Amino acid sequence: MTTLERPAVRNRSIGSRVGIRPRAVVVGAVAALGAFVISVFSLGTGDFAIAPADVVTTLFGEGNPAHEFIISELRLPRLVTALAVGAALAAGGAVFQSLVRNPLGSPDMLGVTNGASTAALTVVILGGTSTQLSIAAVAGGLAATLLIQLIAGRALHGFRFILVGIGMAAILTGISGYLLTRGVQMENARALLWLTGSLDGRDWGQAVPMLIVLGVTLPVLLLVCGPGLRMLEMGDDSASALGVPVSLLRNGSLLAAALLVSFAAASAGPVNFVALIAPHLAKRLTRAPGPNLLPSIAVGALLLTGADFIAQHLLEDRALPVGVVTGLVGGAYLVWLLTTERRAGRI
Amino acid sequence: MTGHTSRLSGSGMTLAYDKRVIAENLSVEIPDGSFTVIIGPNACGKSTLLRALARLLKPTAGTVLLDGRDVHSQPTRTVARTLGLLPQSSTAPDGITVAELVARGRYPHQGILRRWSAEDENVVQESMLATGVADLADRHVDELSGGQRQRVWLAMALAQQTPLLLLDEPTTYLDIAHQIEVLDLCAELHERQGRTLVAVLHDLNHAARYATHLIAMRSGRVARSGPPSEVLTAELVEEVFGLPCRVIDDPETGTPLVIPAARRSTGAPV
Repeated sequence: MTTLERPAVRNRSIGSRVGIRPRAVVVGAVAALGAFVISVFSLGTGDFAIAPADVVTTLFGEGNPAHEFIISELRLPRLVTALAVGAALAAGGAVFQSLVRNPLGSPDMLGVTNGASTAALTVVILGGTSTQLSIAAVAGGLAATLLIQLIAGRALHGFRFILVGIGMAAILTGISGYLLTRGVQMENARALLWLTGSLDGRDWGQAVPMLIVLGVTLPVLLLVCGPGLRMLEMGDDSASALGVPVSLLRNGSLLAAALLVSFAAASAGPVNFVALIAPHLAKRLTRAPGPNLLPSIAVGALLLTGADFIAQHLLEDRALPVGVVTGLVGGAYLVWLLTTERRAGRI
Repeated sequence: MTGHTSRLSGSGMTLAYDKRVIAENLSVEIPDGSFTVIIGPNACGKSTLLRALARLLKPTAGTVLLDGRDVHSQPTRTVARTLGLLPQSSTAPDGITVAELVARGRYPHQGILRRWSAEDENVVQESMLATGVADLADRHVDELSGGQRQRVWLAMALAQQTPLLLLDEPTTYLDIAHQIEVLDLCAELHERQGRTLVAVLHDLNHAARYATHLIAMRSGRVARSGPPSEVLTAELVEEVFGLPCRVIDDPETGTPLVIPAARRSTGAPV
């Protein structure tokens, strides 16, 4: 081929253009830094204020015993839960959106979160313990995912999965409503608080299982599923022709995502919109193809810690459940997005 | 090109989507080093056959053999290093550049830890040069024209470096100039790089001009196969497509040229 030595192509290698985009690294790093800053402030504020510098020294194990106790025993579990739940919801959301090839195809729209809610609600109404509630939430989320997939068929085509998922969400919402009418006053108050999504009173009992699930699923998602999911965006046929074991990848990623979302619901309740917004926001900022898993995770952690910080300090006299803030912020973002996309003629 | 050996073949295949049977007891052989073109009327099963050969559809009976082994018993990635496919419809992910898309053709050659090698670099460069998309490397795929986009997809399939490449209607949605451009490119790849190509085409004259081996299908069966000059006769076109026609020599290439018969309403002799 005579054209082989064309300098225009030779002067910059393809390898330097096809790796991880610098923009994606910047987005991920800025979001992670933001989450860290908010974490420091959030650990420092409360009935007993601690200066940011003292928070950092305490985190590195150099603080005084009083700070040590307040941070490690009282405030850190809640913060770690927030970070982990935010990361889990974002990762789960990114995988779902990538699998169904639709930016609105998040687990809270498709009935997975509703599965967790309905099961947890049943336990609340029956007067179960919080451990039973957590187990029920995880089982409910996984069962809903399995059921959607069984009904949608083994092909797991994006559109069918979405339709079945929306139907499932509607049915489960109905069942939840029924359960609430059966409950008595006190149980209903607990149920409603749980349904909003809250991080109040979270201790290491909630944080640790979430961390374990993240530790198991994230490496699999990032290293094994990530490259395949990027291929899958080109269509099942193209991906398969390139050597991606399509059904194995789909089922594996779906299971991992459902695990993340269900455990997140078990830890903090069905916190709204994070799974939908975080991957979307990350993709919009990085402008990179693929599920953008790492940037999404960083954005998710930032969103949830930020929302929880606002929820704790917005009102003078009382703290709000974090789900109220994510609902308001997420809903506003969605409306803004739909409006701008429409103006730009994209929808 | 003896046509006697075949790395890719299907024998006794029953092809069906769920319960709908498209073809029964279908057998084909793709001669090594050929540019095989599959023709036939709509719904005759030609794309289904290609999907079966590409491992996308598992025959309910019979087997597809790749290098003597059942294609479904081999790992997806192994098959992807031997057998490439340009599907009829692929989606370019949002925001992807030409270089990024072409580089994805290297996926079956990469592992979890080995991401990008000098070989990847060379192969992608050459694939982009061969398809004339090197100057577009940093452009976004969604801002290209249909013809450019098809060349980019072809470049990706080339970067996969498979000795066998299947193309499902590679000229659909392209205007006539771009159709010829893509087919010329395929012919060039076939001749210079010695790859075996299998394409589904609608246009009989294109098929006759570019194919070295023609498979004519009707109702899930192979009606005839062989060199275009032997296969593409007026009788076959009438039998397979139900189209009365004359077949003359293409003044450019000497290959068969199908001229559909004129309407009979003028009372001209039949």
